[in-house]
Amino acid sequence: MFKRANGDARRSVTIHVEGKAVTAREGDSVSAALLASGLDVRRATAVSGAKRLPYCMMGVCFDCLVTIDGVGNRQGCLVPVADGMQIEIQKGKREIGR
Amino acid sequence: MSTAPQRDTYDVVVIGAGPAGLAATSTTASAGLSTLLLDENAGPGGQVWRGIASTPVKSEAVLGADYWSGTEIAKAARDSGAEITHRATVWSLDRNLELGISIGGGSAFVKAKRVIIATGALERPFPIPGWTLPGVMTAGAAQTMLKSSGLVPNGRTVIAGQGPLLWLLAAQILRLGGRIDRVLDTTPRANYFAALPHAFAFMTSPYFTKGLSMMREVKAKVPVVKGVTELSASGDDQLASVSYVAGGKRETLGADLLLLHQGVVPNVNLAMAAGVEHRWDELQLCWSPVLDNNGGSSVEGIAIAGDGAGIGGAQAAVWRGRIAARAAVTALAPDAAAKLPSLASLHGELKRAERGRLFLDTLFQPARQFRIPTGDTIVCRCEEITAQDVRESVAIGATGPNQLKAYRRTGMGPCQGRLCGLTVTELMAEARGKTPQEIGYYRLRAPVKPIMLSELAALPKNEEAVKAVVRG
Repeated sequence: MFKRANGDARRSVTIHVEGKAVTAREGDSVSAALLASGLDVRRATAVSGAKRLPYCMMGVCFDCLVTIDGVGNRQGCLVPVADGMQIEIQKGKREIGR
Repeated sequence: MSTAPQRDTYDVVVIGAGPAGLAATSTTASAGLSTLLLDENAGPGGQVWRGIASTPVKSEAVLGADYWSGTEIAKAARDSGAEITHRATVWSLDRNLELGISIGGGSAFVKAKRVIIATGALERPFPIPGWTLPGVMTAGAAQTMLKSSGLVPNGRTVIAGQGPLLWLLAAQILRLGGRIDRVLDTTPRANYFAALPHAFAFMTSPYFTKGLSMMREVKAKVPVVKGVTELSASGDDQLASVSYVAGGKRETLGADLLLLHQGVVPNVNLAMAAGVEHRWDELQLCWSPVLDNNGGSSVEGIAIAGDGAGIGGAQAAVWRGRIAARAAVTALAPDAAAKLPSLASLHGELKRAERGRLFLDTLFQPARQFRIPTGDTIVCRCEEITAQDVRESVAIGATGPNQLKAYRRTGMGPCQGRLCGLTVTELMAEARGKTPQEIGYYRLRAPVKPIMLSELAALPKNEEAVKAVVRG
């Protein structure tokens, strides 16, 4: 859906999406890194289980909700990637304790 | 950068580091007022200058001169002596000018003598069939990724809607080597005639030549379909095609990405939750705060600057920020205010920046069918409530957006009405034969963004607060 433009000189950052290593760039938001990864990163909604991807990328729609380092329902579009970050795609309702 | 505020009280707290917030911050801090600037993003710039200090897109021609004009204003704020905290979420603001702020998973309260809300705009909801499908995003979302990460569409891409941002985004994507297959222009044909009386002011504004050359640039490379009157997205859990009607003819094309845009509207959540009076704007079709000449709101001590004060664009936002800031300096440090540019000169600059706005607002007023959906088109993305659900609730007695919450939970999901509020107001107004002003809006309350319960529990409590909840 998206590709990186040429000439991006930012440092590489490795995050882990459902255990799989993904190379992002320093300054990417989690959501941007996920969309650039080419992986299937669609979440399933808590209400009906419908598939969603980020819609607004600016912190208002909450369709980018994702589990980051064990904490659920984070807005992936507002969190910058960091080396070693563990990302899980949310499938349905949030689970107790995360 | 993301540390708790250094003080308990500030002369001025500015919320939002876009054009208005940055301009306001440098004005108040340079005048010697203790100033705290809070912003939700990782760096300064807001949406229009997003990534201004960090973008990987270094070529000046790609993002354009208007984008790079933010560098100087961001630098002035940084060098002003203000305390600037990014990745800070302001989740509460009350009439006593006390702010609840979440930073790095912990919350704190600070008090201000003046608050300048510069939380800007968000894109108007574009509730068409299929707008919740993966692969459908806002044009602003694509622009955010382009500016902050140098990402461009590379699949089959359709851009649909209307307004200056649509053309700017299309031009930027093409300049950076991205793919656009078609642009679908939904500007209603009747708007061209309605806007005509305002054309002279527009043609003598800077928007005019810039806008024309951008449209020419895009039209040279991408087929543009004008007069689109129907639009829908379809696919099975993923966008597969976009269907539209133009000139009475329906066409369907395969697509991987659909970018939607029909203008921006004030981001009202924080201001409304603080009790600031808003009114329905009949031209911009959104809620705008009731403000005095200097951005002062109905709540003593709270001013609103930038697009949150009513859509005016980035240049107007800068001047509104300076005006609101000057008013704060005048109130708190009259001696310092004497050294600032006069209010009259600032208002003159604002007026120049606002030239042509009436033309744009009239020309790009979105069509009814793209604001007020029907049938099983989703209105509330969070709770997955359709237009038909809302109409049925009205039929059995729901009188306005707040009653509708009890019927259908619209506006009660995590986005707190940001993506459905305007649609719900207009839809209910139409169904009940009333004006949007009469129908009203959701009653918004703190926390205006979700925070963890543990953050609230960990806040310092005085004896009175403990007594209020302890039994026996």
